[in-house]
Parts: sequence; structure tokens; C-alpha cells
Amino acid sequence: MEDKVALLVNNISVVYHDVIQVLKGVSLEVKKGEIVSLLGSNGAGKTTTLRAISGLLKPENGRVTEGSITFDGKQIHNEPPEVITRLGIIQVLEGRVPFKYLTVEENLRVGTATRWGKPYKEDLELVYHYFPRLKELRNRLAGYLSGGELQMLVIGRALMAHPKLLLLDEPSLGLAPFLVKEIFDIVKKINEEQGTTIVLVEQNANMALNIATYGYVMENGKIVMEGKAKDLKENPDVKEFYLGTTAKGTIKSYKDVKAYKRRKRWL
Amino acid sequence: MDFFLQLLIQGLSIGCLYAIAALGFVMIFKSSSILNFAHGELLAIGAYIFLVISVWLNLPIYLAFIVTFVGSFFLGFVIERLFLRPMIGEALIEVIMLTVGLAAMFKGLLLFIFSGNTYVYPNFLPAGLTIKIGNITVSSVYTATFLATIIFLIVFGLFFKYSSQGIYMRSVADSQTAALSLGVNVRRVFALSWAIASLVCAMSGIVLGILNGINVHDLSKMGLKVFPVVILGGLESILGAIIGGLIIGVIETLVSGYFSTSLRDVVAYVILVIILMIKPYGLFGLVEIERV
Amino acid sequence: MKLRLRPCGNYKEKYIEELAIFETDFGRLWTLIGLIILFLVIPFVVGSYGIYILNHVGIYAIAAVGLNILIGFTGQISLGHGAFFGVGAYTAAILMSKVGFPFIPAVIAGGVVTAFVGLIFGIPSSRLKHLYLTISTLAGQFILEYIFVHWKSLTGGTEGIILPKSTIFGYTLKSDRAFFYVIFVCFVLFLWIAKNIIRTRYGRAFIAIRDNDQAAEGMGIPIFKYKLLSFGISSFYAGFAGALWAAYMGSITPEPFTFILSLEFIAMIIIGGLGSITGSVFGATFITLINEMLSQLAAYLMNLKGLAGVAMTIAPLREFFFGLIIVLFLIFEPRGLAEVWRIVKSSFKLWPFSY
Repeated sequence: MEDKVALLVNNISVVYHDVIQVLKGVSLEVKKGEIVSLLGSNGAGKTTTLRAISGLLKPENGRVTEGSITFDGKQIHNEPPEVITRLGIIQVLEGRVPFKYLTVEENLRVGTATRWGKPYKEDLELVYHYFPRLKELRNRLAGYLSGGELQMLVIGRALMAHPKLLLLDEPSLGLAPFLVKEIFDIVKKINEEQGTTIVLVEQNANMALNIATYGYVMENGKIVMEGKAKDLKENPDVKEFYLGTTAKGTIKSYKDVKAYKRRKRWL
Repeated sequence: MDFFLQLLIQGLSIGCLYAIAALGFVMIFKSSSILNFAHGELLAIGAYIFLVISVWLNLPIYLAFIVTFVGSFFLGFVIERLFLRPMIGEALIEVIMLTVGLAAMFKGLLLFIFSGNTYVYPNFLPAGLTIKIGNITVSSVYTATFLATIIFLIVFGLFFKYSSQGIYMRSVADSQTAALSLGVNVRRVFALSWAIASLVCAMSGIVLGILNGINVHDLSKMGLKVFPVVILGGLESILGAIIGGLIIGVIETLVSGYFSTSLRDVVAYVILVIILMIKPYGLFGLVEIERV
Repeated sequence: MKLRLRPCGNYKEKYIEELAIFETDFGRLWTLIGLIILFLVIPFVVGSYGIYILNHVGIYAIAAVGLNILIGFTGQISLGHGAFFGVGAYTAAILMSKVGFPFIPAVIAGGVVTAFVGLIFGIPSSRLKHLYLTISTLAGQFILEYIFVHWKSLTGGTEGIILPKSTIFGYTLKSDRAFFYVIFVCFVLFLWIAKNIIRTRYGRAFIAIRDNDQAAEGMGIPIFKYKLLSFGISSFYAGFAGALWAAYMGSITPEPFTFILSLEFIAMIIIGGLGSITGSVFGATFITLINEMLSQLAAYLMNLKGLAGVAMTIAPLREFFFGLIIVLFLIFEPRGLAEVWRIVKSSFKLWPFSY
């Protein structure tokens, strides 16, 4: 893989409704063709970071007030999503938002919006190749799919856009562990075969670090830790707070008050 | 019996007319949740463009159709760009009120240019469209209305079902954020839905003009007739708009045939209130697919 | 008692302070000065035409304030207030001309009957939400309009009803100025009632329903009861205003109470500012004045020599400009005149240090 930087998030602050500051100086670097995972608990600012990159802050009345985001050398912060998606950055929304009243195939066709008018048959086949289940369901209304099928659908829909950079927001949310594994395997496969750069936001740190090459940990709108995925997995703090085991590898106990104090020094 | 059948056919064809008029309305509502109070005025504008071209400029009919459709398509585009776009993000009632303001503007302009007189189109419908079955005669106007409705419904059905742009439009109606995340140009979808709605309005305006003559007041009243139709069918449903249109058309015609013509205008609203009491989301309102 | 001045910042310590109508004693003073000017100065300086217009402003303002309680505070859009206004007018007219009610009971009855009619059309609000409800009130508008025209034995059909002279305690209201006092006493009274409804339990329930009716229900507010109450109150306002209008005009026909009037009422509260009592008054003033100015202009042009032929065609432009003003207002100041007023007030208060 090349060592070229694809996405550079440089010290951004994000403010919602002109008053609520959510990100306080976040910096990220994503190299071409790599999977970077962004970990953190609820409300840490992961989703906001993704939104800042994909331009979806605007509908939520948010704005990047400081810093810059560059993709392939172009400044993209505060650009509208129509522009950003056309550069090849596609976000897969948290909570799997399908078009409920469209069939599976129609859902996938919406993914061609960034290159309207071009042929799309091959891409459909590609998506069906990764997610054979979708082919069986192609004429079903998306509103009636199960959670796992929906997750496949929304990832497939994003693939239709030929993304250079795929932003995945919590694909494991509310799915059975074996399904999570299946989906993560496919994500990994997409990354390897299509060369798609992926930013993966997750609560399921274990899974995410397994497929990622690099990881960032966020708390309270700041990056508190970063490193190679392998190193992060070995880091005692990460183990404790995100992987659910103590440094020794046993199941965590609430008696261990020190952990709380140690966590505090990040914040 | 013959009288009944005659009324029924007349009612169905008026119902078709309501259905296409409602179609444009539902389209705007589906894509942007706006109740368009300028609907009747858009209808009137279409009818007058056709009048100017076919009668005043004396150009051939097919050309008049083309110019009217293209013109009203662009008019819809311009309306969205000039007036609706600055309102994105404002409260719904303010946007609705804006369409009321637009309605007043258009009506004022039309009255200024054409005054309140009633005009008629030349009779360009081929005589072959008049159909006789037994004692019942279906006059060419009604046959033409049927045909126009069916053609329009097929064209739009295909457009929304199969064309990419149609699918994008439906996706925006479904979930705006998801559509944005995939790079659907939501603003273009809004503009397009206004453009198409305006085109559909022009179509129903022309048909109405053939049926009743062209008069600013009558045509703009049609805009309000659309409300019972769409509510009856359910605001989100295109199929509902069609069935609602047919029901209202038939009932109106029957009432004016058997009781009195003055009841005709109010009966739709009475039905509306009764339906809403029984089925609050209309006959075919979207049954929300809910999942947690 | 200590003289209360406006502190710079929010220093309210008790709910009582939050609820007070006048934050400072100056507010009280200004209101008093305003009332003195309204009742003792204005009627004697503006001339009879001015009084005629002001009377209309006062009547429409009462109806607009009522509508704002429903739309601006409870969030239920009604497109039937033009007809409700008409119900009040017809009730008063019928009671005064056919039953022989005196002025005061007839006007109050106008309000009460309209409140009942409003409740009937408010009943769908138990099941309907948002736009469906809006359209059910639209149906109410057209059904009532039909009744005005076609129930000839009661309403006199298109010929309408001529009302007898209004008398209060044996004193006959002959001049516009006499009516001015009646109308503006009612106006002040109704404004005061509205302010008080809004700052108490009922108002808070209304606002909770507007902001999120499911959450309001979860908090234990019986939303159906309060929605109906809001419908009732606002129809009472509309009916009362309508009754005043009928008495003032001396004769009524179904013509004014159309859908257009409903829209004008909504235009008033939107241009004034949703959820602002003062805003409704501004809005009513603005719309009435614009309407009056545009008709004057049309009449003036019609009388100009040389333009006489064109004048007939100029008249519809009145409607065009009316629409244009609404559109421009919505695009450039969607928060309404109340916001403009607030900005003007605060820039005076803060001058010369605007930050």
C-alpha cells in the first residue's frame, strides 16, 4: 500500500447551534487504503467528527469553526454534502437509515446519485457479490428487512457510489455477534479488494481494532490516545475501558477504584 | 338509470381531473412537506399560457402544448429557486404562508393581465373522441380527460418507478439525511418536484379550461378543491390521490345531479370531515413502517 | 416599595418574578402613558377616517390575539378563523335584530356561540395531528361559509342582516368615536386576559403541547382537554371580535367571512410574530393599514383623469402587492414585527453601547 495521506483532519472545533461546542481540536490522519478506527464512549464526538468530514453537519445546524479538513489535498470543511460526496467521501449513517418505502434494489440505486446518468449494472453485481443475501431480497421493501440485512444494505448502498473514503458509523450497533463478525469480515474484504480507505467508528473496540491498522480514542470531544491498532489492543488503559478486561486479562471488577482515577487523567 | 350512468361517467372524468391536480400537490408535499396554497394559481397560469399561444398567437395546438409544458416546468423551477429556497429551515407554517402570499401575487397578476373574464379555447378535440354506448353519450371532453389522465399516470408511474431521478426524489421523501449522505442533490430534488408539479398543474389547467372555460377565479378555486381530495386519499399517497379524486368527483357530480348544484361545492368538505373522524390519516395515508 | 429597574442579567430568584407582567416599574408607567394616549389623545387627533381605521385595527387585533393563542402558543393551525369571525358576527346580528338582545349580551353571546362552534371543529384534534387537523379546519371554513349563504331563514342569505342601533345602558352608540371607546376597552381587556392566560398554568400547558405534545402528555398534561380549551378560547376571541364588527358595521353579508379572511388573520399573526401577543397587535395594524392603503391607492388611480380606462385593470394589483408584501416579509424577517420591535427597543436601551 502507498503511504500517501488521504484524509487530514487538522485541529478542528465543531459548534452546534452556535453555542454547543462538541469537538475541541481534533486531529486525524488517514493514509490511503488503510482502515482507521475511531473509538470512544457515547457522546465522545465520534459521530460529529464523521459528520464534519462528510458535510452532514449543516442539516444539524453545526459548523466547523476552527481548523481544517483536507481530502486529497482539497479543503473540504463546511462544504455542502453534494460537493463532498462527489469527491468520493461517503458516510454510512449510524442506526442504518434505509429508504423504507423503496425496494432493496432501488435503495442501492440511490447510491449512484453522485454519478447520475452513468451505467450502474456492474456495480449492482459487485454489491450482490459481497452481499449475496441482498440479491435474494432485491424486490423487498427495505422497511421490512432485519437489522443485519439493513446493515448490509446501507454499506452496499454506499459502495454503489464508488467511494474513495468510506465513513462507517457503528456498523455493529444492535447486531448479534456472529453477524458483526460477518459484516466486519466483508468490510475488511472491501478494503483489501477495492482499495477503499475506511474510517470506522465503533463502540465494539475489540472487533474494530482487529481489522484496523491504526486507531484513535476519543473522549469529550478530544483525541486522548492514538497508535497502531496492535499497540492499542495491548495498551492497559484501552483494555480496561474499551475491551472490558483488566490489564491482567481477567474480567474487570468494580472494586478496582483505581481504574476510575486513571481514566480521569485523560479528561 | 341512464341518467345515473351519464352522471357516473361525468363524475369519473371530473374525478380524473381532480386526481391529476392532486398529483402535483402530493408531489410537493412528499418531497418537502409543504402544503402548496398556490396550487390553483399554478393551474390557472398553465391554462393561460396555453390560451395565449393557441388563441392569441394562433400557433398550432401541438406547439401550444409543448410551450405550455416547458414554460410551466421552468416556472416551477424559478418559484422554488426564488421563493422557497430562502425559506429552508423556517417553521412549516411560515413556508405554507409564503405559498399563500405567492397565490395572492399570481392571482393579482393574472387578473391584471387577463381580468376576470371567461375565455374559451378553440375546439381542437377530434370528433372521433365522442363515444356513444346505447343511450349514453360520452362527449369528447370527457374522453380526452380520461386519456390525458391515464397517459400522465403511466408516464409518472414509470418515471418514479424506474428512472434514477425519480428514485432519488422518492429517496428524499423517505429520509432526507440518508439521501444527503449518499450525495443526492436535495435542492435539485426540491426544485424538480416544484417543476414537475407545475407541469402537472398546467396539464390539469388546460383540461379544466376545455371543460369549463378559463376564468381566473374558477381555476384558482380548484386549488382548494385539491385539499379534500388529497386528505381523503392520505397526504403521502399518489394512489390515494387518484382514488380520492375519483370518489370526490363522482360524489360531487351525483349530488349536483340529484340534489342541487350549490351543495356540490361543500359536499367534498363534509365527506372530508366525516372521513377524518373515522380514519384520521385518510383512506390511504402512509401506514408508518415503524421499527425500534 | 422599592422602585424596580431592569437589572443587566437574569437575577430572578422567585417564580413570581418570572411570571410578572411588568419586569420593571417603568413598564407599568409606559403602559399607563400608552393607555392615556390611546383613550384621551388619539380619538381627538386622528379625525373620523382615522378612527374608522383604528376601530378595524382594534377588532382585528382581538381576533388575531385569539388566533395567536391557538397557533402561536398551542401550535394548532386553524384555517377556519375567518368563518368563526363570521359566526360571531351572525350570532350577534341575529340576536340583536330578531330576538331583540341588547348590545352587550349579544356580543358576549357571539363569543360564546363561536366558542362552541370552535370546539366542534376542534374535536378532530383529539385524533388528528398537524396538517390533517389544519385541513379539517379548512373544511369547517367552507361548511360554515355554505351555511351563511344557504340557511336563508336564519342568515338572510346573500342579502344579509341589518342590525338595529347598538345601545349600552340606554346610551346609543352613534358615532365612530363612541365605538372607538367600546372597541378599545374590549381590546385592552382581551389583551390583558390573553397575557394572563399565557403566563399561568394554562399557557404553560399550551406551550408544552406546541413544543412536543407527546412529551407534554407524558408530563401529565391532558392534551386533548387543553387543545380543546385553546380552540375554545381562540374561537371566543374570534367570535367576540366578529360580533363587535357586526355591531359596528350595522349590516352584514356572508361576503367578508371567506377563506381569504382566514388567511389574512394568519398573515397578521405571522407578520406580527408567532407566539407574541404584542406581535399580533402589530400584525393586525400592519395588515389593516396595508389593505386600506392599497384600496385607497387603487381608488385614487381610478379617479385620475386619463387613467380611468386603465384603472379597472389596476385594481387586481392590490392583491398582487398584498401577496408580495407577505412574501418579502417572510423571506426577510420571518420572526415578524415583534422581533423588529424588540431590536428597536433594545437598541434604544443599549445606546450608545450596542454590545
